[in-house]
Amino acid sequence: MRSIVSAALIGLVFGAGIVISGMSNPAKVLNFFDPLGTWDPSLLVVMVSAFAVTFFGYRLVFKKQSPLLDIKFHLPTSRELDLPLIGGSALFGIGWGIAGFCPGGAIPALGLGEPSPFAFVAAMLVAMILVSRLRKTQLSTRSLTPQPSLN
Amino acid sequence: MITDFTPWQALLGGVLIGGAAVALMAIHGRIAGMTGIVSGALSTAGSDKNWRLAFLVGAIAAPLLFINLPGQSLQFASDSPLWAVLFSGAVVGIGVSFAGGCTSGHGVCGNARLSPRSITATVVFMAATFATVFVVRHVLGGF
Repeated sequence: MRSIVSAALIGLVFGAGIVISGMSNPAKVLNFFDPLGTWDPSLLVVMVSAFAVTFFGYRLVFKKQSPLLDIKFHLPTSRELDLPLIGGSALFGIGWGIAGFCPGGAIPALGLGEPSPFAFVAAMLVAMILVSRLRKTQLSTRSLTPQPSLN
Repeated sequence: MITDFTPWQALLGGVLIGGAAVALMAIHGRIAGMTGIVSGALSTAGSDKNWRLAFLVGAIAAPLLFINLPGQSLQFASDSPLWAVLFSGAVVGIGVSFAGGCTSGHGVCGNARLSPRSITATVVFMAATFATVFVVRHVLGGF
């Protein structure tokens, strides 16, 4: 219960940050990426200030052995700069540039009651589910076939 | 559509986003990445799903509360046609699934950990977004 209340309040602060900074507004986001047209540098200020707070905040947090409501910090361990990372990021940027919606901006924007965030999030969720199913089938077929041993 | 440069709101918003990221790590031990939180909410079961759904409900509630504060309103403008919004949603969904993160997970949290994967992802997606907006607005003349 404590965990649910705390996560909801943190989500509320995150969402407040998105809407106050204007990052739930696709026009404002797209204008940052248009320095030759109607440029609006706000997104840069948002990213730099969020980065700075997180950079220094994490340093304090990681001095502790564990988080308050869990036994350990859940941190990504992969360090490989592989094709899924680079190709996926390129696709994400293309999609972001088409309509100005990214996941962190579009999900809080659902609360505005406008139709386009719903359309964006619905299409995004369908795509995420399909990719995750596809990867699961690939993994299970791979584990069924004998693996040639490396080295 | 022209939007005004709003440095103070951008600074306050960025500090709140960063504050939420630090709090989620300090209390729950989790990265505040929208891609990771959403994909986990779609797949995992039990107690791990609960905090994710709670975070999403809180994030969606924020504009609802904000527009009901006295004297506050939120600007929202999207002139993309429905097909472009749906197409971009599908492309973003595929992209962030393979990249393992987006602007929040890689761009804020991962970069704050100086993760080489997140720094690479951020450079690539920012460049791709600049290029896409240039092509859409200045080559194709908008949708």
